[in-house]
Amino acid sequence: MYRTARRASGGAALLLAATLVLAACGPQSQGGDDSTEESTSEGESESGDLMIVPSVQIDIDGAEVPAAEAGEPVDPAGDGSAECAEGTAIAVAGAFTGPNAALGLNIQYGAQLAVDAFNEANAGCQVELKPFDTEGDPQKATQVAPQIVSDDAVIGLLGPAFSGETAATGDVFNQAGLLSLTASATNPDLTGNGWTNFFRGLANDAVQGPSVAKYMTETLGYTSVCVVADNSDYGIGLAEQITSGLGDAANADCAPEVKTGDKDFSAAVQIISGSEADAVFYSGYYAEAAPFVQGLRDGGVDLPFVSADGVNDPQFVSQAGSSSQGAILSCPCGPAPEDFAATYEDANGQAPGVYSTEGYDLATIMLTGIASGVSDRAGLIDYVKDYSGEGLARQYEWDDTGELTSALIWIYEVE
Amino acid sequence: MPALADALLTSATAGPLVHQSLIDFNIAGLGRNFWGLTVEGLTYGAIYALVAVGYTLVYGVLRLINFAHSEVFMLGMFGQYATLMLLGFSPSGNAYDKGILLTVLYLGIAMLGGMAVAGGAAVGLERVAYRPLRRRNAPSLVFLITAIGMSFVLQEFVHFVLPRLTGGTLGGVNAQQPIRLVQPEVQFSIFGAPVTNVTLVIIGSALVLAVAVDLFVNRSPFGRGIRAVAQDPVTATLMGVSRERVIMLTFLIGGILAGAAALLYTLRVPNGIIYSGGFVLGIKAFSAAVLGGIGNLRGALLGGLLLGVMENYGQVVFGTEWRDVVAFVLLIVVLMFRPTGILGESLGRARA
Repeated sequence: MYRTARRASGGAALLLAATLVLAACGPQSQGGDDSTEESTSEGESESGDLMIVPSVQIDIDGAEVPAAEAGEPVDPAGDGSAECAEGTAIAVAGAFTGPNAALGLNIQYGAQLAVDAFNEANAGCQVELKPFDTEGDPQKATQVAPQIVSDDAVIGLLGPAFSGETAATGDVFNQAGLLSLTASATNPDLTGNGWTNFFRGLANDAVQGPSVAKYMTETLGYTSVCVVADNSDYGIGLAEQITSGLGDAANADCAPEVKTGDKDFSAAVQIISGSEADAVFYSGYYAEAAPFVQGLRDGGVDLPFVSADGVNDPQFVSQAGSSSQGAILSCPCGPAPEDFAATYEDANGQAPGVYSTEGYDLATIMLTGIASGVSDRAGLIDYVKDYSGEGLARQYEWDDTGELTSALIWIYEVE
Repeated sequence: MPALADALLTSATAGPLVHQSLIDFNIAGLGRNFWGLTVEGLTYGAIYALVAVGYTLVYGVLRLINFAHSEVFMLGMFGQYATLMLLGFSPSGNAYDKGILLTVLYLGIAMLGGMAVAGGAAVGLERVAYRPLRRRNAPSLVFLITAIGMSFVLQEFVHFVLPRLTGGTLGGVNAQQPIRLVQPEVQFSIFGAPVTNVTLVIIGSALVLAVAVDLFVNRSPFGRGIRAVAQDPVTATLMGVSRERVIMLTFLIGGILAGAAALLYTLRVPNGIIYSGGFVLGIKAFSAAVLGGIGNLRGALLGGLLLGVMENYGQVVFGTEWRDVVAFVLLIVVLMFRPTGILGESLGRARA
């Protein structure tokens, strides 16, 4: 017994050693593809050349809106003659640590670019961008909010980033009369609180659902869509809006629900492949969407795959690989123009992500306010209320409630 | 263990908002997809079964429910992943195409890697966490709490420490970008149910491993030692069986099988390699062990297959979000009628 065991393990070790030597010869190439082309792209984690690229903007009826005769976006640098008190600051609040830090940092990095450009051009006015970390957690945010309010140097706030923390702290900022300009909080109810200081720099969730639903039925011409929802607040809420927006086109026999954290969706795939649907909408986050779409493709289901901002993340593409090809992803967030993306990458060592452009645009608006002579909190609120101007992502102009007058949704495609 | 409360909460609150009816009794759906669901369920069940062996053997020998076993499985997933990276494969969403022979060879090596890591982790766990407790004659409750604690420790190690050690290539918040060697392709159909190569590999390997471990425990001298200690530790010691060695061997076998299951699982679910990825599967495998009769090797195998199949049927009949609920309700129902599981508790002894 002993001897045979030893011989077997010896053999296994030999085999292992042999293959390790074999492996040392070089990296394995993806079979089939011409590997020379692949080795030129240095991105070690990108799968092939797939990327999420912006395709069109749509309005709430799902109709494509041609890119506006884009006026020149406002330059944060201005004309370089701005004067302001020493120590003027704007705050940025969001998750800079913790599980959702990526989103908060996207906004902060974007805003920092605008501030740096402003400070460089305007020797007479040096504005500081003060980050306040809420970890995206409403409870932490209620402890951080008083710190922001009591900092007299802060005349405007970029944030809070998430809907939950915004709802929890909105009253504090409103009472303090501090401008709260959010780049990413998309819960529709936030603007219904009567806050006079709150402005939202992008379309809210009540726009995204119907827009995408109508886009699927009207523009893409789908007649029967499986709406798959995960069990997060976001996933359930969005699925409701999509389903009602689709009307008859929502396939009632084919609405499997999945759980966040699941990685295997064979039953849901079975349900979809047994249905007569002509498209699949996934309402949830990329962590589940990637294995889900892979399961669909492996299961031989080639239906178009549509999803929303929760899936609009490079991780989706890198995890799902070629299965993500052709996926249609919506987002209220605007794409980053090339120049901006290059500057951003130089400064931060990473490509701009979701809400980076919004962070930049909204910081720019506050900076132009400061450049125009605004020096206190009330003045900045008035300035933003009457603001109208072009940004990198879109035209910014707000109605009385603090929503954008024209809130459009971007459609992206993986290709 | 840590996510237990979460898992229960989420399954309890799953999706009553979208559906008008909370549970839809989709019997027709079950009929339509019956064979497809059975094949899928057996695939999953085979993986449950392999992991369940680890729970059942340790329970048989030590009367200890080793809750950290799910983390041993999780480490096995990282082990086989790291082995593939050492072999020169780079993560990508797309499948490699190496031809059958090379693919089997690479997968075999990866499985050995997974087994080595998981087996090593299981033995290490026993050394670090359980042996000192045994020395001090700690009560069994302390063992249980320690197991839960070790489960946390291993998860958070992969969550926070491993990315630091490996420069961010392994571990962390996100799932590992998959390395796929096999693209599922339908090979043939049984009663209209497609059977893919992945399914064949999983069920085939699981059967071979199950038979091997059964032979090992029931036929080999080592196995006799395991059965002896399970039956009566004191007498076994008097008869010259080293209890400590048997315990180590038991953890090693459980770990090795978990490592093999880890590779098979990642064939099926390439995106599942994440620090929290072992937890729910571990709990299911534990249920499978209890279902078949904990302490009973064949019971664990049977329980695993049964659980996998029933769970798949259940999620079509009741709705996909009820998957975990179905598994646990099945467990409760079976235990009501057969409190010691389907085949009864016995690794060596007939228990009263």
